[in-house]
Amino acid sequence: MSVGIVSYGAYIPRYRIKVENIARVWGDNADILIAGLMVTEKSVPDLDEDTATIAVEAARSAIMRSDIDAQRIGAVYTGSESHPYAVKPTSTIVAEAIGSTPVMTAADFELACKAGTAAIQACMGLVGSDMVDLGLAIGADVSQGAPGDALEYTAAAGGVAYLIGKKKSELVAVIENTYSFTTDIPDFWRREGMSYPEHAGRFTGEPGYFKHVKGAANGLMEMIDTKPSDYDYAVFHQPNGKFPLRVAKMLGFNKEQVKPGLVVSRLGNTYSGSCMMGIAATLDQAEPGDRIFATAFGSGAGGDAFSITVTDRIEDIRNGAPTVEDLLKNPIYMDYAMYAKHKGKIKLI
Amino acid sequence: MIFVSVARFWRKQVHRYNLIGTYCKECGEYYYPPRNMCPTCRRDGKLESYKFSGNGEIVTYTIIHTAAEGFEHQTPYVLAIVKLDEGPRLTSQIVVEPGEIKIGMRVKPVFRKLGESGNRGMIYYGTKFIPEYE
Ligand SMILES: [Zn+2]
Repeated sequence: MSVGIVSYGAYIPRYRIKVENIARVWGDNADILIAGLMVTEKSVPDLDEDTATIAVEAARSAIMRSDIDAQRIGAVYTGSESHPYAVKPTSTIVAEAIGSTPVMTAADFELACKAGTAAIQACMGLVGSDMVDLGLAIGADVSQGAPGDALEYTAAAGGVAYLIGKKKSELVAVIENTYSFTTDIPDFWRREGMSYPEHAGRFTGEPGYFKHVKGAANGLMEMIDTKPSDYDYAVFHQPNGKFPLRVAKMLGFNKEQVKPGLVVSRLGNTYSGSCMMGIAATLDQAEPGDRIFATAFGSGAGGDAFSITVTDRIEDIRNGAPTVEDLLKNPIYMDYAMYAKHKGKIKLI
Repeated sequence: MIFVSVARFWRKQVHRYNLIGTYCKECGEYYYPPRNMCPTCRRDGKLESYKFSGNGEIVTYTIIHTAAEGFEHQTPYVLAIVKLDEGPRLTSQIVVEPGEIKIGMRVKPVFRKLGESGNRGMIYYGTKFIPEYE
């Protein structure tokens, strides 16, 4: 199956809050938190931004980067755990805003932080079987942590879009294969109508993240007979800075392979955008011929692993849209009071 | 300005999402919002749909401190008349710190929430503008 990435685009809101400013409000020790999470600040959406607006900006960036006719897009799938409506799709808003409607299919995806990579896999299937010319897979979130909850230090906002196609001359990266590992585990959830998610504390580590990332990553390397040293870069879901580095080590990847795509320390956890943002940051700097290994994780739970090889075309389109580094530059910092207003933590009556 | 009926907003949604207006092939004039008839050429006008790039500049602006219902938590914010490069002028919120806005400033479009009908109603999306340098 020779399908791959035709273009990609990322979006990060302009605002940031520093971990130390959140810690001060709750009387936590910022130094210990920063060392433990390896996150110093996180992105915050503007008052008029949500998952739909972020998904649209990421999608428009992907279309602009390789100058694609949006009418060629036959499928739009948006993965998120913070869709603006409980009932009404985000993907139709995106499709209309990029001009792909009406002859196309659309749906919203959910599987915690790997909803976006599940959308990539669906697009790979549709494109690979010639059901559509191009598929657009987006991972976007404006994630919430309850005030004072550990998640509040990392829950961030951002989104990434990938255009999936199969025309050889258009591919900037070939996705050689993908492999998923899925079980049912109650590590993280949010019930209908609740503002903030619940999580099962330590349960999210070993039986959640590590088991599923290792299951998918080892499964893929075994299936296509590759090993960590075959890859120039490795990207793992980054809920914090520690987990991806630890799982990389367990799997036999080294720090140098992981670091180029490790954007969590200045961005926070963008949930459905997390692993996809890491892949985008890696594509921003990869050379033709480079190989990228990536594994997303979503609580609930599952891991999606991908083996990717960059083509010569990356050089032609790379500068057509802002890089992840461009989006991380020049943030506007806010204090906790302004942050609470932006995140709707203060309920206005 | 936006708390109109759901159906009324929806009919204009495509224009708001993508800044789609009209262009008169007869006199070369551009219009936003779109028109059914060219006011200059009248019956002789040849109108076609036109998608604006959204690039333009600030003609004038005002900083809103006391906002309309639904916008209270956004104050202070900037409302401006933007002149698109093709000519039409439109009123829009500008996503910028009030201290940074200037007449003549170059702007480009962004996709944002324009408003919402409380917690139960629709969320309205469309185009706002940000400084071009961002
Ligand atoms: Zn005319």
